[in-house]
Amino acid sequence: MRNYLNIIVAYSIMMLLIILVGIFQSWSIALTIFNYCMISAVMTLGANIQWGYAGLINFGIMGYTALGGLAVVLVSVAPVPEAWSVGGVNMMTCLGIIIFMIFSTRYILKNIQKSKKRNYLIAGIIIVGLILIKIIAGPAIEQIEAVDPAKTGFLGGLGLPVLFSWIVGGLFAAGLAFIVGKVALGLRADYLAIATLLIAEIVVSIIKHEDWLARGVKNVIGLKRPAPYEIDLQTSPWFINLVEKFHSAKLDLANSFSERQDILNQLVIDASSVYVKLCFAGMFLVVVIILLIITQKALYSPWGRMMRAIRDNEEAASAMGKNVVKQHLFIFILGSAIVGIAGAMMVTNDGLFTPGSYRPMRYTFVIWVMVIVGGTGNNFGAILGGFVVWFLWVEAAPIALFFINLFTAHLPETNEIKIHLINSAPYFRFLLVGIGLLLIMRFRPQGIIPEKIIKQ
Amino acid sequence: MDLINAVIVLLNYTIIPALTYGSQLALGAIFVTLIYGILRFANFATGDMMSFGTMFAVLLTYYFQSIGINFGFLPTALLTIPFAIFMMILYMLLIDQTVFKYYRIKKSPPVQLAMVSVGVMFVTQAVIRIIIGPTDRRFLDGEKFILKATEFKEMTGLAEGLTIKSTQMITIVVTIIVVAIMFWFLNKTKTGTSMRAYSDNEDLALLSGIDPKKVVLITWIIAGILATIGGILYGLDKSYRPFVYFNNMLPIFAAAIVGGIGNPYGAFFGGYVIAFAEIFLTYAYKRFLVYILPESLEPNSLMQLLSTDYKFAISFSILVIVLIFRPSGIFEGKRI
Repeated sequence: MRNYLNIIVAYSIMMLLIILVGIFQSWSIALTIFNYCMISAVMTLGANIQWGYAGLINFGIMGYTALGGLAVVLVSVAPVPEAWSVGGVNMMTCLGIIIFMIFSTRYILKNIQKSKKRNYLIAGIIIVGLILIKIIAGPAIEQIEAVDPAKTGFLGGLGLPVLFSWIVGGLFAAGLAFIVGKVALGLRADYLAIATLLIAEIVVSIIKHEDWLARGVKNVIGLKRPAPYEIDLQTSPWFINLVEKFHSAKLDLANSFSERQDILNQLVIDASSVYVKLCFAGMFLVVVIILLIITQKALYSPWGRMMRAIRDNEEAASAMGKNVVKQHLFIFILGSAIVGIAGAMMVTNDGLFTPGSYRPMRYTFVIWVMVIVGGTGNNFGAILGGFVVWFLWVEAAPIALFFINLFTAHLPETNEIKIHLINSAPYFRFLLVGIGLLLIMRFRPQGIIPEKIIKQ
Repeated sequence: MDLINAVIVLLNYTIIPALTYGSQLALGAIFVTLIYGILRFANFATGDMMSFGTMFAVLLTYYFQSIGINFGFLPTALLTIPFAIFMMILYMLLIDQTVFKYYRIKKSPPVQLAMVSVGVMFVTQAVIRIIIGPTDRRFLDGEKFILKATEFKEMTGLAEGLTIKSTQMITIVVTIIVVAIMFWFLNKTKTGTSMRAYSDNEDLALLSGIDPKKVVLITWIIAGILATIGGILYGLDKSYRPFVYFNNMLPIFAAAIVGGIGNPYGAFFGGYVIAFAEIFLTYAYKRFLVYILPESLEPNSLMQLLSTDYKFAISFSILVIVLIFRPSGIFEGKRI
């Protein structure tokens, strides 16, 4: 019990902070923060598996998050039949060509000895394939994008339940991680960081500019939800009854029937948004707990010990007969898949897919700050880091505003410095997070909840 | 005649812009490479440091304009360069003393220093946004063009015009001067040689009596000069916006690694490789081909290999290809 005391204290403080937000701001905001904290926690779990267990630095989190989001669109949106009929065949042919290219390249790599001829063959296949794709896909893309461009203009998805897309998001991210891992994992740590960052940028720019895939920067809105819609709740009698029962004391204070009805309406509207967010919170909590159990089990299994051995001394582990390259690739895929799941969860929560919003600042560096601040190599620490940093990231502006007002209280309202500072309150979040990271790195480099190694 | 027209088209739309953009990238890439070679970490605050120096230039330009100082037909911003560099070096030394020094003395692994530079990136970004705000700012004044398309057409009687913006000329000339001085400094002076020695083998350099503090100080000073000038040139040519500068970090990294990180010649060259690749692969060659091909072969599409949306993606793809086939870069890495 004493071993876990600091974890319990840290989590209690965090929960208290969120509850305080609920009391002082509103429960809806508190739950929004809580949900996002949970999504961040899943992302940090993924990043922590790579960095904390294996010492692999992955600055490409943004790319996997975006792919997870893409999965939601491709799985849950209803297909667009017109688009499929004008361009479906051509796009499928292109997919076939790509698959053929990959397998033929693989075949050549395996069966022909290393020579100039082999290089020319592979280059030839790639160039011919790209030209073919350009010829076949070009007109098809134009036609697909011309199908009702204000609303669709893309192929649409499969129309399956949205929860299914969380798994698909993980698979997509795993697929990308496989490619990235094959390409980049042999590199030195800082090269790996830069390479993954840039590959993630490539992925996001493809998602942004291939409109036939997911409408690109035109965004996909109104995605399906695994939770009920607020509008439906507000008109369903059981929910209104529930709210009535819950707030009966408050309602009894009303003087007339019409006043009571007004208060009830307001309460129902508030409660519906809270209810929906609670549904999401429940689902996210299930994901977080499942992942936490799995990762904890893995960490203290023989496999986890092997990963730590590889992290701490690659040569020694390799000398003991562990396949370092293979294990690195495996853990890279695993961590990325978890990030992909988080990406899908986030898009599901928002109900919209906005490729333009995937920026390295928010989706790579902030997540890394979470991992470092929370505690590398400790899953509880990683989750806590997600909570703490996201909370600061959201609440930095109100906190900054409070302090600005406090320190400039003696200045008149028209003072230019005061106005300028108040206008730039949102940017204090960068300052807060940056200073937080620097302080933690300097004075507690192992994070708030450090890695714990159980002696067996 | 058609051939000359075709060459002018290429010059106007690809070669001159690529040279300009390449110069801006090259300055940034040398900055990255110097930090990597001597202080031994990948500096993720690169873009924001450049942005920081440029911010002072922008503010001072506005100030100079308000009190009526200008630089004739040249942009006022050029006058502000020394002041901006001074502020920038102060900031860099402050950051070094408060943040980086601790890890350098502790001999932390490069990854940890890179992570620390992420923290610096956050803080710098915040400071910039709090001081100047995130909006787009133009601070170019003076003559806009050295050569206008219509003038060129009148002069030569060709069908195609050639435009040279003053910022393009300034960028290329200033880059050549700065880089020449820097290479002279690194190769011919005693301090420069000691920096190269420190970069090659730290222990040996220390044994032979090189003062590490001095090397680090000089490195930050040169880095500050390069970052500020690179940032100001980019801002003059395009415009100043903090977010764009942060994003520019990525092609700059690509340029530094493509050239062979740690090697300033490589970085200089890498900047142009990236710039030329980006512009040549996204340029629509229709107009060029119309001139050189016989009429029967005239293309009816734009003849564009990739849409300009993928400009950044191209430089990153080049980087990935270089990393796979030649991880040490086109030039051998780790040598100054």
